[in-house]
Amino acid sequence: MEYVIEMLNITKEFPGIVANDNITLQLKKGEIHALLGENGAGKSTLMNVLFGLYQPEKGHIRIRGQEVEITNPNIANDLGIGMVHQHFMLVEPFTVTQNIILGKEPKTKTGRIDIKRAEKEIRELSDRYGLKVDPTAKIRDISVGMQQRVEILKTLYRGAEVLIFDEPTAVLTPQEINELMDIMRSLVKEGKSIILITHKLKEILQVADRCTIIRRGKGIGTVNVSETTESELASLMVGREVNFKVDKQPAKPKQTVLKINNLHVRDKRKVDMVKGLDLEVRAGEIVGIAGVDGNGQSELIEAITGLTRVQSGQILLNDQDITNKSPRKITESGLGHIPQDRHKFGLVLDYSVGENMVLQTYYKEPFSKRGILNLKEIYRYAKKMISAYDVRTPDAYTKARSLSGGNQQKAIIGREVDRSPDLLIAAQPTRGLDVGAIEFIHKKLVEERDKGRAVLLISFELDEILDVSDRIAVMFDGKVVADVKPEETNEQELGLLMAGSELQKAGEGK
Amino acid sequence: MTTNHKRSAILIPIISVLLGIIAGAIIMLVSGYNPITGYSALFRGAFGDAYAIGETIRRTTPYILSGLAVAFAFRASLFNIGAEGQVIVGWLTAVWIGISVDAPMIIHLPLAILGAAIAGAIWGFIPGLLKAKLGVHEVIVTIMMNYIALFSTNEIIRNVLTDHKTTTESIKDSASMSSEWLSSMTYYSRLHYGILLALFVAVIIWFIIERTTLGFEIKAVGFNPHASRYAGMNVSKNIILAMVISGALGGLAGAMEGLGTYGNISVMSGFSNIGFDGIAVALLGANTPLGVILAALLFGSLKEGANEMPTGAGVPTELVDIIIALIIFFVASSYIIRWALLRYQGRKAK
Ligand SMILES: Nc1ncnc2c1ncn2[C@@H]1O[C@H](COP(=O)(O)OP(=O)(O)OP(=O)(O)O)[C@@H](O)[C@H]1O
Ligand SMILES: [Mg+2]
Repeated sequence: MEYVIEMLNITKEFPGIVANDNITLQLKKGEIHALLGENGAGKSTLMNVLFGLYQPEKGHIRIRGQEVEITNPNIANDLGIGMVHQHFMLVEPFTVTQNIILGKEPKTKTGRIDIKRAEKEIRELSDRYGLKVDPTAKIRDISVGMQQRVEILKTLYRGAEVLIFDEPTAVLTPQEINELMDIMRSLVKEGKSIILITHKLKEILQVADRCTIIRRGKGIGTVNVSETTESELASLMVGREVNFKVDKQPAKPKQTVLKINNLHVRDKRKVDMVKGLDLEVRAGEIVGIAGVDGNGQSELIEAITGLTRVQSGQILLNDQDITNKSPRKITESGLGHIPQDRHKFGLVLDYSVGENMVLQTYYKEPFSKRGILNLKEIYRYAKKMISAYDVRTPDAYTKARSLSGGNQQKAIIGREVDRSPDLLIAAQPTRGLDVGAIEFIHKKLVEERDKGRAVLLISFELDEILDVSDRIAVMFDGKVVADVKPEETNEQELGLLMAGSELQKAGEGK
Repeated sequence: MTTNHKRSAILIPIISVLLGIIAGAIIMLVSGYNPITGYSALFRGAFGDAYAIGETIRRTTPYILSGLAVAFAFRASLFNIGAEGQVIVGWLTAVWIGISVDAPMIIHLPLAILGAAIAGAIWGFIPGLLKAKLGVHEVIVTIMMNYIALFSTNEIIRNVLTDHKTTTESIKDSASMSSEWLSSMTYYSRLHYGILLALFVAVIIWFIIERTTLGFEIKAVGFNPHASRYAGMNVSKNIILAMVISGALGGLAGAMEGLGTYGNISVMSGFSNIGFDGIAVALLGANTPLGVILAALLFGSLKEGANEMPTGAGVPTELVDIIIALIIFFVASSYIIRWALLRYQGRKAK
């Protein structure tokens, strides 16, 4: 059997936790190998070991049969290993070409950077794998999906034979996901090998050849994808049966909690993004906002939460006008917010998990009194929350930075839900979460609804919107263009609505 | 990571200092001095007798406060280069009040100290306000504020406090921090009560940073302003507040000189350097109050011991400046040391 990469009996420990416990992963040449595991199971850690970012305590790595020691990413690059990080590492004002050649610039005879040659090479690479990247475009002008392809090109340009993708689809729209799948297929057709980390089982079934499963740092085994099913994968990974359907009774909506009238919001570049939006969310219902990214969803959330100024229009929370109030005022009027970008807004990464748990409430009793913190109370509360929301962390004093992505998300969700806000805004709440955790979060959202809270859910995943919402508001070009019931629609129809087709049918121009 | 982190937080400054001392020894050797006699003279100069110890502590006192000033702003991710100017206006204000007010000590001394703190606070408030409201970088504004402080202070000494003289008269006894008791205990050094105040302030600053909602907000804003805003904190207010407190600490450092060591203020041809050295003290002390106290003591002893080197070992004072500069260099490049430590630990773990 020909393996390009063999990671044998890898053990990697962090203080208080064994992130990888004797894990073996063997990658065949030309295969797409999925790596599946719960949040905090140790997937990213294992890949960081392969990429030379961490040194394992035990174990060997063999590349094409040769035993190697990968002490830093440069060595990994030289060995033909490339990594597409979840958080892109690109220089915004630079062009695609400049970003790709950074650190490996081709020179002309006179010693100048040979941009023309680089552009040509990159265009060839891009065509060969069907990436459709424009080498002269500036990074800040291209979409997230395109930026990811630039990252892929970067690894290819450096001669990568093995590509590691750490949750590449978490930031993509459904359309972009399909395209990425095609790109992966064409990569392996050209003889590359791929390790793919994802929490979406459908994607594994769609593209992967084999799948290695890890649970709490231990390898559970490797299965052939053609011989398995979604539910088998899920139960192997979580260690119990997973319920994919959301259990819930029909909603019993009561009084209006959130009311938005004719809202107009601009983004940072002063472009109108929300253009006369009306929306109403009532107590005891979950309203899902469906829409293609960039149709004003982010601006809408930032306007409601007070992070962006509203140009005109009115936002009422419990009949109180909260338009352009400060975030603290709005929070105190009864708003909870699970932000879309957890690293930018959701957490202070250099604060401990405990400190992050009280990020919204530190100034209130019992966490502080007359401006003096009560650390004992803070950490007691944090410990309670950590177990209630199953946040996997060595302890409450650990920095949020060192938690796995999914566990960071669970900490934020716990913090926001536990305050029992009248209105809970959940923006992509399950992004990056494993199926077990998704089940848990969906249950929490329904529970909050049943307690009589209003829930506003924003998600790019139509599955999630259809499963969880009681009512779906479709957003297109800064407006709510349709209001539908999940049981009376389907993905197809939603997709059309999200593309603005309803608007055309009705013949209303902008 | 956490235990490792703590260990390297302590190891790195120690290694930096050692490297600086070794580099200093090499330079002494190369220039034909005996590093052992050189360093023993330095040590004698700083700790040789009660007088030397008293003077060392006296020198340490303003460094503690200016180090705290810079460290506190650093916690909010602000680089307060303006500690120097804040020291100068604090010094001037303290002396001014010390000369011109008539009151019993119990009112006069606190008033002079408070005046110095407020003057420094105003000097911090302006760059804080400009940063918070207009986004003007604090480094640029504080550098300007340093020059404004220096030249207007000289002007006030010449034309307001005196009649074209270069030194003011001495402050009244009721505003003086000098201590018969401390002084006689240290063989009539200029040691004064200021050290007690500095240590007390260090404890208060520790408390503010670690135990209050104010410190919680300031650190959060320093780490991640977006998340702080999301969490309802007023980012502008915290930036201004951090600069105001930082400035007040700088002003207090000035009061140490004005009310303790000198009892007056003279026209300065250049900066006092107490504020600038505070930057190095804060860096070396890893921006924590305890670290700042230790780093200030190191700076105080090096500066004080330097006096003994020319007479005791024939080594020029400039060399001591070079050693201090080297230590700062190694601290500033501590990331190289951190990298080396990590490599070493990585290899040991195998
Ligand atoms: N630098 C670090 N310091 C300390 N602990 C860490 C560090 N990095 C990861 N961990 C811990 O190791 C465990 C595995 O984390 P890892 O990021 O590999 O999980 P993951 O499988 O990628 O999860 P997710 O799906 O949520 O991204 C977690 O418990 C995490 O808290
Ligand atoms: Mg991960």
